[in-house]
Amino acid sequence: MRQFLYPSLVLLVGCAAAGTRQATAPTPQAATAESTSVMRPQYPSTYQRHPFRPVVIRNATIMTATGQEIPSGSLLFKDGRIVAVGAKVDAPADALVVDGTGKYVTPGLIDDHSHLGVYAAPGTDAESDGNEATNPVTAEVWAEHSFWPQDPQIPLAIAGGITTIQALPGSANLIGGRSAILKLIPARTVQEMKFPGARYGLKMACGENPKRVYGRRGGPSTRMGNMAGYRSAFAQAEAYRQRWDAWSKDHKGDPPERNLRLETLAEVLRGNIYVQTHCYRADEMAQMEDLAHEFGFKIRSFHHAVEAYKIADLLARDSTSVSVWADWWGFKEEAMDGVQQNAALNQQAGGRPLLHSDSPSGIQRLNQEAAKAMYSGRRAGIAITRDEALRWITVNPAWTLGLDSIVGTLEPGRMADIVVWSGDPFSVYAKAVQVYNDGWLVYDRSDAAHQPRTDFELGQVPAPGSDR
Amino acid sequence: MIAVLLAQTIAIIGGTVYPVAGPKVANATVLIRDGKVVAVGGSGSITVPSDATRIDATGKWITPGFIDGGGQMGLVEIGAVEGTREGALRGDSVAAAFNVAEGINPASTLIPVTRIEGITTTLATPGGTLISGQAVLIDLDGPTIERMLVKSPAGMVVYLNEQAKDAGGGSRAGVTERLRRVFGDALEYGRRKAEYSRAQMQALSAGAADLAALLPVLRGAEPLIAVANRQSDIATALRLAREYKLELIIAGAAEGWQMAAEIARAGVPVLVQPLDNIPSYDALGIRYENAALLARAGVKVALLETDTHNSRNLRQQAGNAVSYGMTWEQALRAVTLSPAEIFGVADRYGSLEPGKVANVVVWSGDPFEFTTAVEHVFIRGREIPLVSRQTELFERYKKLPPSY
Repeated sequence: MRQFLYPSLVLLVGCAAAGTRQATAPTPQAATAESTSVMRPQYPSTYQRHPFRPVVIRNATIMTATGQEIPSGSLLFKDGRIVAVGAKVDAPADALVVDGTGKYVTPGLIDDHSHLGVYAAPGTDAESDGNEATNPVTAEVWAEHSFWPQDPQIPLAIAGGITTIQALPGSANLIGGRSAILKLIPARTVQEMKFPGARYGLKMACGENPKRVYGRRGGPSTRMGNMAGYRSAFAQAEAYRQRWDAWSKDHKGDPPERNLRLETLAEVLRGNIYVQTHCYRADEMAQMEDLAHEFGFKIRSFHHAVEAYKIADLLARDSTSVSVWADWWGFKEEAMDGVQQNAALNQQAGGRPLLHSDSPSGIQRLNQEAAKAMYSGRRAGIAITRDEALRWITVNPAWTLGLDSIVGTLEPGRMADIVVWSGDPFSVYAKAVQVYNDGWLVYDRSDAAHQPRTDFELGQVPAPGSDR
Repeated sequence: MIAVLLAQTIAIIGGTVYPVAGPKVANATVLIRDGKVVAVGGSGSITVPSDATRIDATGKWITPGFIDGGGQMGLVEIGAVEGTREGALRGDSVAAAFNVAEGINPASTLIPVTRIEGITTTLATPGGTLISGQAVLIDLDGPTIERMLVKSPAGMVVYLNEQAKDAGGGSRAGVTERLRRVFGDALEYGRRKAEYSRAQMQALSAGAADLAALLPVLRGAEPLIAVANRQSDIATALRLAREYKLELIIAGAAEGWQMAAEIARAGVPVLVQPLDNIPSYDALGIRYENAALLARAGVKVALLETDTHNSRNLRQQAGNAVSYGMTWEQALRAVTLSPAEIFGVADRYGSLEPGKVANVVVWSGDPFEFTTAVEHVFIRGREIPLVSRQTELFERYKKLPPSY
């Protein structure tokens, strides 16, 4: 818990110009998550692209997150796909032409650690749906089943240029449940927001939180108790997986009894669900890598990872990304060793750092967090490029979610998740002026018709620009 | 060994000075002697003594040290570790006599982390429920509390927001009823101290020490810092200030933009965190433009960063205040001279003028921008080494494996 004094809310917690490239790649195939324990569709995405005109943005600085920054470049997208990026781009006659003079264009930003929708505003107990703190292992719960699409924090994050989030359960539990990978768009149901084909994540948590929450409620009450809890759960999951895999070979006899908790963990062991682990201390992250090695799964990302810089070499070797803040520290003991160069040091070590928010406020300015982390690194002598820093908030989180072949860069064939900025997004004075999600203009700072408002806000929260 | 305090003269030469009290001066010199600013002006107009330590500031920006109008600097080391928290009295909803000064730890690791990013002075504020106690203003340098204090008390903190409700029996109306009772009893106590001592008075609603501590506030000699975010709570604060002739400061003021003209007319200053915009039932109208709209209406605005560990992000708060409508000059004033005025120390702090305390920062550029580095920090004329626990951790781990 961070300390707030005048609280208005309670917190729980290289760049050369490039020639034009045309789309030749086929439409990217979404990753498919297959489960051998479930022979039917489960809670499918009903996401559909919103039809929108082709759009060409001209004469802007195009930051591609592929190693190039194109001054006075153009970007064309159509039917939800990027068609062309370059110095000269031909556009169809019906395209909406956006004058990008003085503006910057980036991929849509991706936050791989959000509690939007599960800890919705206005922050009452009634919306507190992020921690199923009734058992230290609740792999059976899914964040999407808590997610409230009318959370008024969603439009705020959209206005900050966010196009995709991972909504996670909280960190009270050793194993907190499945995450939801969502397109950040206005919608009536969470199913309409589910990123088609995205794999689920599994939220796990190390350290202080689980032992604090369960210390007087039957345990675990220690870090060794935490570790025993993970091992016990995965040992059961191994046996469960074997029973199902054996039955799936010939379907002889009755299928094994389903166990929702073990079903999720078995999917982790099959590699179909990505493990997202909340962990602060370097020594604990090393222990968690050992746990993953014992049971044969990969940890996709360490989240918060305040001490990742101390073991950046080890994390790079294990191909585990590190999801960090620019400067949060000190709110608890395991967060005491924060340094502002955490992301930069992990980049220097060959790792895959990224900036995450874990905050409905921070998610609105991930670009600023990346800027702070980049310049802190540079001032300390670590030569972070602008493209690397942009990757910290775009394609690196996309990788963490398994979506880096679909979103996170400005390349022909990628999903048209696009942000137009009023200026250099690494300046404190820049704001997102247009946000396109899958080619759809979901936010326009200068047009009230493209400033979505949730049901919650109507008649209750003054509209931007209003003066009641 | 006895430390000998030597008269020291420092000349910061050739930069652009933003004195705040007046227009910027290019190619300027700031002369510091014995902890005070003694001269500020164009380099041609100021004679630098031959014994002065000269700092070349060509191409640099020079401002007063920033002042954070909130937080609990020195009162909290680790948020979740109770043994390191000194900022609130447990169980006592009327804690007017509680002055946080002696709870401040001059050795806190937060202090170097904060000051090396240009924040030289902060409020240290009691947290609580109703009347939480006396805030103090401190400079972020010094081995003892006495050497850090700028003003004590700087104001009496009172909560009028949602978190006060329990102390008011569950209703905002109960909060004001109880406050009026306590204020009334304090005045009564002030008039009849002798009878109180002889136990000839009816029972009062708070202890003598707390009532006595309220008297300077009720005389208008000490500001009342009222935490209020909802429009109705701000209106309550203004009403109480009229009734009791209080020197009112509104902290939070999230919905202040909805009644900016009224706040301006009352001459009440506000302490605002620009990057607050998450709606709650305590402030559904909370929005980024608040600081700008208040300033535009003529309200005196000082900025704050409520996350004490990241008080250094006051710079980012100010930059975003500019993004959402403040002028750059207004935002600079809101982190320097305006808070100094609000806390009654503008005779000594908040601008670069002869006679002022030499809290001075040399920046590589615009202090609100992420590209900008802090190059020199002076607090009371002492140059602060740009090191902290965080810089030491970085130095240890910048090459792996580390050498222990």
